[in-house]
Amino acid sequence: MQIARVIGTVVSTVKNAALDGRKLLIVQTLDADLKDKGRPMIALDSVGAGVGELVFWCRGKEASFPFKRDETPTDCTIVGIIDSNAHVFNSEK
Amino acid sequence: MLIARVIGNVVATQKNQRYEGARVMLCRQITPEGDDMDYTCLALDSVSAGEGDIVIIAREGWSASTAATGRPGAAIDSAIVGVIDYVDLLPNEKK
Repeated sequence: MQIARVIGTVVSTVKNAALDGRKLLIVQTLDADLKDKGRPMIALDSVGAGVGELVFWCRGKEASFPFKRDETPTDCTIVGIIDSNAHVFNSEK
Repeated sequence: MLIARVIGNVVATQKNQRYEGARVMLCRQITPEGDDMDYTCLALDSVSAGEGDIVIIAREGWSASTAATGRPGAAIDSAIVGVIDYVDLLPNEKK
Protein backbone atom coordinates (compact mmCIF):
# COMPACT_ATOMS: atom_id res chain seq x y z
CA MET A 1 0.00 0.00 0.00
CA GLN A 2 1.14 3.57 -0.64
CA ILE A 3 0.19 6.98 0.73
CA ALA A 4 -1.25 9.37 -1.87
CA ARG A 5 -3.02 12.70 -2.25
CA VAL A 6 -6.23 12.87 -4.28
CA ILE A 7 -5.62 15.64 -6.81
CA GLY A 8 -8.54 15.30 -9.18
CA THR A 9 -11.45 13.35 -10.54
CA VAL A 10 -12.04 11.49 -13.78
CA VAL A 11 -15.30 11.45 -15.71
CA SER A 12 -15.82 8.48 -18.02
CA THR A 13 -19.09 7.72 -19.77
CA VAL A 14 -18.21 4.65 -21.79
CA LYS A 15 -16.58 2.14 -19.47
CA ASN A 16 -16.66 -1.42 -18.27
CA ALA A 17 -20.11 -2.19 -16.78
CA ALA A 18 -18.56 -3.16 -13.44
CA LEU A 19 -17.22 0.38 -13.10
CA ASP A 20 -20.71 1.95 -13.39
CA GLY A 21 -21.39 4.24 -10.45
CA ARG A 22 -17.82 3.97 -9.19
CA LYS A 23 -15.76 7.05 -8.48
CA LEU A 24 -12.49 7.42 -10.40
CA LEU A 25 -9.93 9.73 -8.81
CA ILE A 26 -6.48 10.98 -9.81
CA VAL A 27 -3.96 10.27 -7.08
CA GLN A 28 -0.39 11.47 -6.66
CA THR A 29 1.59 8.90 -4.70
CA LEU A 30 3.70 10.29 -1.84
CA ASP A 31 6.72 8.97 0.04
CA ALA A 32 7.10 8.75 3.82
CA ASP A 33 7.92 12.49 3.96
CA LEU A 34 4.71 13.22 2.03
CA LYS A 35 6.69 14.39 -1.00
CA ASP A 36 5.52 13.52 -4.52
CA LYS A 37 6.80 10.18 -5.83
CA GLY A 38 6.34 9.24 -9.49
CA ARG A 39 3.54 10.28 -11.81
CA PRO A 40 -0.15 10.70 -10.92
CA MET A 41 -2.47 7.83 -11.77
CA ILE A 42 -6.10 6.82 -11.67
CA ALA A 43 -7.51 4.97 -8.66
CA LEU A 44 -10.94 3.49 -8.00
CA ASP A 45 -12.51 4.71 -4.74
CA SER A 46 -13.95 2.30 -2.15
CA VAL A 47 -14.18 4.52 0.94
CA GLY A 48 -15.73 7.83 -0.19
CA ALA A 49 -12.52 9.81 -0.64
CA GLY A 50 -12.58 13.30 -2.14
CA VAL A 51 -10.22 15.74 -3.81
CA GLY A 52 -7.53 17.08 -1.49
CA GLU A 53 -7.67 14.19 0.96
CA LEU A 54 -4.71 12.11 2.07
CA VAL A 55 -5.44 8.43 1.35
CA PHE A 56 -3.74 5.11 0.91
CA TRP A 57 -4.22 2.75 -1.98
CA CYS A 58 -3.78 -0.96 -2.66
CA ARG A 59 -2.21 -2.33 -5.86
CA GLY A 60 -2.69 -5.50 -7.86
CA LYS A 61 -5.48 -8.05 -7.94
CA GLU A 62 -6.37 -7.28 -4.34
CA ALA A 63 -7.52 -3.84 -5.50
CA SER A 64 -10.73 -5.43 -6.82
CA PHE A 65 -11.61 -7.15 -3.53
CA PRO A 66 -13.73 -4.30 -2.06
CA PHE A 67 -16.02 -4.69 -5.09
CA LYS A 68 -17.33 -7.65 -7.09
CA ARG A 69 -13.89 -9.17 -7.10
CA ASP A 70 -14.07 -11.30 -10.21
CA GLU A 71 -15.67 -8.62 -12.37
CA THR A 72 -14.16 -5.29 -11.41
CA PRO A 73 -11.18 -4.31 -13.57
CA THR A 74 -8.88 -2.26 -11.33
CA ASP A 75 -5.26 -2.45 -10.23
CA CYS A 76 -5.33 0.55 -7.89
CA THR A 77 -8.04 1.15 -5.28
CA ILE A 78 -8.23 3.67 -2.43
CA VAL A 79 -8.82 1.62 0.73
CA GLY A 80 -8.38 4.19 3.51
CA ILE A 81 -8.50 7.90 4.25
CA ILE A 82 -5.70 9.13 6.52
CA ASP A 83 -7.18 11.50 9.11
CA SER A 84 -4.69 14.34 8.41
CA ASN A 85 -1.04 15.00 7.56
CA ALA A 86 -0.35 14.93 11.32
CA HIS A 87 -1.68 11.37 11.46
CA VAL A 88 1.28 10.07 9.45
CA PHE A 89 3.73 9.22 12.22
CA ASN A 90 7.23 9.04 10.77
CA SER A 91 10.10 8.68 13.24
CA GLU A 92 12.59 9.83 10.60
CA LYS A 93 11.15 13.35 10.60
CA MET B 1 9.51 -10.50 0.34
CA LEU B 2 11.59 -7.54 1.28
CA ILE B 3 13.60 -6.36 4.26
CA ALA B 4 12.37 -3.11 5.78
CA ARG B 5 12.53 -1.00 8.90
CA VAL B 6 9.34 0.20 10.58
CA ILE B 7 9.57 3.99 10.67
CA GLY B 8 6.08 4.85 11.89
CA ASN B 9 2.40 4.32 11.23
CA VAL B 10 -0.67 6.09 9.88
CA VAL B 11 -4.10 6.64 11.44
CA ALA B 12 -7.17 6.28 9.25
CA THR B 13 -10.66 6.39 10.72
CA GLN B 14 -12.44 5.84 7.41
CA LYS B 15 -11.07 2.64 5.88
CA ASN B 16 -12.00 -0.67 4.34
CA GLN B 17 -13.79 -2.71 7.02
CA ARG B 18 -11.30 -5.56 6.78
CA TYR B 19 -8.65 -3.18 8.17
CA GLU B 20 -10.53 -2.78 11.49
CA GLY B 21 -8.26 -3.41 14.45
CA ALA B 22 -5.14 -3.70 12.31
CA ARG B 23 -2.20 -1.34 12.49
CA VAL B 24 -1.01 0.25 9.24
CA MET B 25 2.75 0.62 9.52
CA LEU B 26 4.98 2.96 7.53
CA CYS B 27 8.11 1.08 6.40
CA ARG B 28 11.34 1.92 4.59
CA GLN B 29 13.09 -0.77 2.58
CA ILE B 30 16.69 -1.41 3.64
CA THR B 31 19.56 -3.43 2.21
CA PRO B 32 20.66 -6.68 3.91
CA GLU B 33 23.53 -4.60 5.36
CA GLY B 34 20.99 -2.29 7.01
CA ASP B 35 21.38 0.77 4.76
CA ASP B 36 18.31 2.86 3.95
CA MET B 37 16.84 2.63 0.46
CA ASP B 38 14.50 5.13 -1.22
CA TYR B 39 11.42 2.93 -1.32
CA THR B 40 8.79 3.41 1.40
CA CYS B 41 5.45 1.66 1.70
CA LEU B 42 2.57 0.87 4.03
CA ALA B 43 2.06 -2.65 5.36
CA LEU B 44 -0.43 -4.18 7.78
CA ASP B 45 1.12 -5.53 10.95
CA SER B 46 0.53 -9.19 11.84
CA VAL B 47 3.36 -9.80 14.34
CA SER B 48 3.13 -6.82 16.74
CA ALA B 49 6.13 -5.11 15.19
CA GLY B 50 7.12 -1.75 16.62
CA GLU B 51 8.85 1.38 15.40
CA GLY B 52 12.53 0.70 14.68
CA ASP B 53 12.08 -3.04 14.13
CA ILE B 54 13.65 -4.68 11.08
CA VAL B 55 10.88 -6.71 9.49
CA ILE B 56 9.95 -9.03 6.63
CA ILE B 57 7.21 -7.69 4.35
CA ALA B 58 5.24 -10.10 2.17
CA ARG B 59 4.05 -8.34 -0.97
CA GLU B 60 1.43 -10.76 -2.19
CA GLY B 61 -2.24 -10.36 -1.47
CA TRP B 62 -3.30 -13.84 -0.37
CA SER B 63 -0.43 -14.17 2.10
CA ALA B 64 -0.75 -10.60 3.34
CA SER B 65 -4.49 -10.85 3.86
CA THR B 66 -4.29 -14.22 5.60
CA ALA B 67 -1.44 -13.11 7.86
CA ALA B 68 -2.95 -9.75 8.83
CA THR B 69 -6.67 -10.56 9.11
CA GLY B 70 -6.78 -14.36 9.43
CA ARG B 71 -8.76 -14.70 6.21
CA PRO B 72 -7.91 -14.26 2.51
CA GLY B 73 -9.74 -11.93 0.16
CA ALA B 74 -9.11 -8.53 1.75
CA ALA B 75 -7.86 -5.49 -0.17
CA ILE B 76 -4.40 -5.78 1.34
CA ASP B 77 -1.29 -6.07 -0.83
CA SER B 78 1.47 -6.19 1.79
CA ALA B 79 1.84 -7.30 5.39
CA ILE B 80 4.60 -7.54 7.97
CA VAL B 81 5.02 -11.27 8.52
CA GLY B 82 8.11 -11.40 10.71
CA VAL B 83 10.60 -9.45 12.79
CA ILE B 84 14.22 -10.03 11.76
CA ASP B 85 16.70 -10.70 14.56
CA TYR B 86 19.76 -10.57 12.31
CA VAL B 87 20.92 -11.25 8.76
CA ASP B 88 23.96 -13.42 8.10
CA LEU B 89 25.76 -12.66 4.84
CA LEU B 90 28.71 -14.39 3.19
CA PRO B 91 31.80 -12.25 3.81
CA ASN B 92 32.28 -11.62 0.10
CA GLU B 93 28.65 -10.45 -0.25
CA LYS B 94 29.18 -7.60 2.20
CA LYS B 95 29.78 -4.27 0.56
